[in-house]
Amino acid sequence: MDFTTQLLIAAISAGTPLLLATLGGILTERAGIIQLGAEGLMLMGAVTTCIVYIRSGNLILALLAAVAITALLGMVHSFLTVTLRANQTMSGLAMTLFGSGLSAYLGKSISGIPLPGTSPKLDLGALKSVPVIGDIFGRMDYLTWFSLLLVLVLHLLIHHTSWGLHLRAVGDNPATADVMGIRVQLIRYSYVTAGAALIGLAGADMVLAYAPTWNEGLTAGRGWIAVGLVIFARWNPLRALFCAYFFGALDSLGFRIQLLGSVVPSYFLKMIPYVVTILVLMYLGYRNRNKPSGTPESLGTPYVREQRF
Amino acid sequence: MSPNTGSNSTVLEPSPGKSGKWYSLRLEYDSSRTRSPWWTPVLSVILALLLCAVFIAANGMSPIVVYEKMFRGAFGTSYGFTETMVKAIPLLLCGLGIAVAYRISVWNIGAEGQLTVGAMAATAVTIYFPDLSSFWSITLMLVFGTAAGALWGLMTAVPRTHFGVNELITSLMLNYVALLALDYVVFGPWKDPKGFNFPGSPMFTAAQSLPVLGSTRLHIGLIFGLVAVLIYYLMIKFTRWGYELRLIGANPTAARYAGIHIKKHIIIVMLISGGLAGIAGMAEVSGVTHKLMQGISPGYGYTAIIVAWLAKLNPLGLIVTSILFGGLIVGGYSVQTIGLPSSISEMLQGAILFFLIAGDMIHRFRIRRSA
Repeated sequence: MDFTTQLLIAAISAGTPLLLATLGGILTERAGIIQLGAEGLMLMGAVTTCIVYIRSGNLILALLAAVAITALLGMVHSFLTVTLRANQTMSGLAMTLFGSGLSAYLGKSISGIPLPGTSPKLDLGALKSVPVIGDIFGRMDYLTWFSLLLVLVLHLLIHHTSWGLHLRAVGDNPATADVMGIRVQLIRYSYVTAGAALIGLAGADMVLAYAPTWNEGLTAGRGWIAVGLVIFARWNPLRALFCAYFFGALDSLGFRIQLLGSVVPSYFLKMIPYVVTILVLMYLGYRNRNKPSGTPESLGTPYVREQRF
Repeated sequence: MSPNTGSNSTVLEPSPGKSGKWYSLRLEYDSSRTRSPWWTPVLSVILALLLCAVFIAANGMSPIVVYEKMFRGAFGTSYGFTETMVKAIPLLLCGLGIAVAYRISVWNIGAEGQLTVGAMAATAVTIYFPDLSSFWSITLMLVFGTAAGALWGLMTAVPRTHFGVNELITSLMLNYVALLALDYVVFGPWKDPKGFNFPGSPMFTAAQSLPVLGSTRLHIGLIFGLVAVLIYYLMIKFTRWGYELRLIGANPTAARYAGIHIKKHIIIVMLISGGLAGIAGMAEVSGVTHKLMQGISPGYGYTAIIVAWLAKLNPLGLIVTSILFGGLIVGGYSVQTIGLPSSISEMLQGAILFFLIAGDMIHRFRIRRSA
C-alpha cells in the first residue's frame, strides 16, 4: 500500500468522529442554538460506550446507551437555552465542564481496559480485491458508512425538504417562522437533542474505531475542532465531509511524519490541527469579511414570542 | 446576549383547555430583571451537591461521608486550609482576568494556556539568567510571565478584532498548543540532567522562589492576587476606562454610537486577562512547585471560569469563590484516600455552573394570575 492510500485510510478513520460531531453541530446551530458543549458530549458518548460495551459485551446496546445519554444532555441544553433563554455560550461551557468531570469519574473503574471488540466492517465481497478502492472501502466500518449516508440524508433534508425549510426558518428568523405556524420551540428542542446525540455517537466512534480503550480526556479537544469545523463547513453537510477528512488527514499526518523519522519533535507535529484551525478560521474571516458567512441569522439569540429586538 | 428591555409574557398553556384553573395562571417573563438575587449562587452550589450525591450514591458510596471528607480535607485542618489558600491564588488571578474580559462579553476560556506560557516564561528566566539576585530574578520572572500570558491573550484578541474569529475557539486551541509546548520543553531542552530522567526543569534556587509565610506553603502570590483585585475594583469604579467597560457591558450598540472604540477595548481586556493568568503561572512555578513540570495546572484556567461567573464578576465575590473552589480542589484530592477519583470536584464544578445559569434565568419568570 502506498503512502497516499495509507494517509487516505487514516484520514477517513480520524475524520469520521469529527464528521459526526460536525454534523451534530450543524443540526443544532441550523436551529439557531450555539453548541459549545461538543467536547463534553463526545466524552460522555465515549465513556458510556466503553462502560456499557465492557459490562454487557453488546455493541448495539452500548451505542444506544451513548446516544440516549447524550440526547438527554442535549435536552438539558435545550431546556436551558430554549425554555429558560439562558446564555448559550455559558450553557455549552457548563456541558463541556460537566461532561469532562463526569466522564472522568464514571470512567475511572474501566480506565485502560481494552474494549471487547471494534466496530464491525461491512463485507464488500469481490470489491475488496480491487487495489486502491478495496483497500480504502474494505476497511470502513458500519459507523463510517453511516456517517457517509448521514451526510447525504442531511444535505437532502436541509436543502430539499419542507422540514429543512422549517429548520432553516427557525434558525434564520424565528419570529416569521412562528407567524407561519411553525412550532419554533418544538423544532429547536428536537434538533438540539438530535444534534447532541450525533455528537455522542462521534464520541462512541472515537473509542470504537480510533482509540481502543478509555482514557481520561480521550477526545483531546476534537470536540472543539468540530465546533470550528461547523464554521469552516459554513453549516453545510456536504462541505462538512471534506472539512472533516481534511482535518482527519492533518491529525494523522503528524503521526505519519513521526514514523518516517522526522527531526521535528512530535509535540510540534501534534500542534498542527490546532494551529491550522485558527489559521483557517482567520483566512475565512478575512476572505468573507464583506460576505455572508452562512451563519444562521438568529444563532445565539433566544426567541421570545411577541418581542421586538 | 439579552439585548431586549421591557417585559412580555409567555403563555405556557396557549390553548384554552378544559382545566380552567391552569388557564388562569401564566408564567410571565420579565427580561428587565437582569440583576439576579444573592441567593442564586448559594442555591446552585447546594443543588449541585445534591445532584452529584446521586452519582456518588450510584457508585456505592455514601455522599455524606464523601462530602464530609472533602470539607474536612479542605477546611478542617490548618494544613488543609493553607493548601486551599495556595490553590485559591491561581484561581483568583485567572478568575479576575476572565472577569475583566467577560465584562464586555469577551469569552476568554484560554486562561489555562495563558497560565502555562506564563509559567514557561518565568522558568526561562531561571534557565537563561541563573545567577541574578533575589530581587532581580523575581522581578524579571514576573515581567516575563506577565508578558507571555498577555501575548497569548493577544493571539486570541487579534483574530477576534481583525478577522472575526470566535475567541472561544482560538483561546481553547491555544490551550492545547501551550500544553504541547510545555511537554516539549520539560521532555526536551529544559529537562533536568540530574532529574533521574523525570520530565521537568531543574529545581529553582532560593533566590528564584517566592517568599512563603512562616513554615507553610502559602506564598506571597496571595498578595499579588489581592492587590490585583483592589486595582480592578478601583479601575472599574473610578476611571474613564472602567466607565467605558461598564458601558460596553451594558449596551454595546449604545457604546459604539457614543464613539467608544470596542476593538481597542477587546485587545486591552485580553492583554490584561492573559497577563493576570501569566502572573498566576509565574506564582505557581516560583511559589509552589519550584520547577517546571507536566500538569503544572490541574485545570485552574477552566475552574476560574466558574469562579468568575459564580462571583458575578464582583471583586469581593471573586475572593470568596476562589477560596471555595480552592477548597473544592483540595477536597477532591482528599477523597482519593477512600478510593474515589478526584474528578468528583470537576463534576461538581460543571454542575454548579449548570444550576447557576439556570437560576439566573428562572428568577426572571413570575407566576401571574390572568383574567
